[in-house]
Amino acid sequence: MRRVAITGAGTINPLGHDVPSTYAALREGCGAIGPLRFRDVERLSVRIGAHVQGYDEAAHFSRPQLVLYDRFTQFALLAATQAVAQSGLSFDGDLGPRTGVILGNSGGGLSTIDDSYRAVYAEGKNRVHPFTVPRLMANAASSAVSMAHGLQGPSFTVSSACASSNHAIGLAAQMIRAGAADAMLTGGSEAMLCFGGLKAWEGLRVMSPEACRPFSANRSGMVQGEGAAVFVLESWDHATARGAEILAELAGFGMTADASDIVAPSVEGAERAIRAALADASLDPEDVAYVNAHGTGTAANDRTECAAVARAFGAQADRLLISSTKSMHGHLIGGTGAVELLACLMALREGVVAPTIGWEAPDPDCPLDVVPNTAREARVTACLSNAFAFGGLNAVLALRAA
Amino acid sequence: MTTRERVIAIIAEQALLQPSDVGEEMTLADLGIDSLGVVESIYAIEEAFDISVPFNANDPKASEFDISTVGSIVRAVEELLSQRV
Repeated sequence: MRRVAITGAGTINPLGHDVPSTYAALREGCGAIGPLRFRDVERLSVRIGAHVQGYDEAAHFSRPQLVLYDRFTQFALLAATQAVAQSGLSFDGDLGPRTGVILGNSGGGLSTIDDSYRAVYAEGKNRVHPFTVPRLMANAASSAVSMAHGLQGPSFTVSSACASSNHAIGLAAQMIRAGAADAMLTGGSEAMLCFGGLKAWEGLRVMSPEACRPFSANRSGMVQGEGAAVFVLESWDHATARGAEILAELAGFGMTADASDIVAPSVEGAERAIRAALADASLDPEDVAYVNAHGTGTAANDRTECAAVARAFGAQADRLLISSTKSMHGHLIGGTGAVELLACLMALREGVVAPTIGWEAPDPDCPLDVVPNTAREARVTACLSNAFAFGGLNAVLALRAA
Repeated sequence: MTTRERVIAIIAEQALLQPSDVGEEMTLADLGIDSLGVVESIYAIEEAFDISVPFNANDPKASEFDISTVGSIVRAVEELLSQRV
């Protein structure tokens, strides 16, 4: 089976508009959660979230592009361009047909949907913009990235709620392992911060009105974010043959389904996904120093996740570092695993584990080292990134230092 | 219908029971209503009475709205209705 190298990374998220600024924020424990800013926000009961800061779409895209690109597609394109630049790959010639795009996304072009419904239902208009469908379709970002870089291999969008990005990245790695592609662009993108997007979440009563405090005894729910991260995956031999800098090895992938409840998570399903990722990467629990947690800050997730990690790692759980960076950038839903993989790359490459900020008090149900509030220096040669979605769909990635 | 009868009818519908089978001393768990059912019941109460119920599923005990028994829910709804006037 072919090994998979990560040779490029790009992002735009609430912590920064590129990877270096995101690393700096993760290292400093900077939070980007603040007041939401969009039309009708005063009609929401939850009014905090993590916007991409200081973003001017017109600075990046022409008017003809902007009429086609919803915000989630814009974010994916910007992240992909950075990742390709870092990889140094050119997709002219033979590599274009041997490279594909698999991105995670959950809501599609939600602001486009929101604006169009508002026009026809609330404002009584009988006409919407002719590009409404190509803007709102969930595969718009994957398609736009493939068009922008001439990538003609296996390409589609994965939608498994909060696990979308991890499923996408895992599937992209499998394309390379199986020989269906030599390189893949993968990751995820989400832009759900609009009135309709948040109103739907409000209904579930799992959103915090004040802060995202994963693993803290006084946690009060999740907070949403937006943004994208995209990675270049490449067959190990292809990368070494051209002398590329390898950022890390995507060493394993485990996915399971709880097959139990549409929203409540299961310890057993999460534990099986963690064990599957370790086995796929040929890693033992003692090899892993860091786990980037799903860590949503809801009562149910954090308790269940800690139990699953404790069971999968056994005695090794006591020395493991496990942090949730959602405390800083919010929950990017279908894009979240992609942005969180950056915390894994930072741990492997820079020896710095990002903290769980907003943590105020220990919870006996979360008795692990959650790296509270301050980043930690640590030698990390292998790490995991967890994603456990509504619907009971679990996807865990395993990375090894290059 | 009184407030009590309307609240019990909503809870009974959620539990797939007759209102006569729902007692004030019962908890929602006694009635087989899970966490999703709780959220749906609160939504139905909000719609029926045109009120906003303060409730966070992350920590039901910390919410001002007491859902510990059917009777406590009835009293909490009555309280919210009295504040509205």
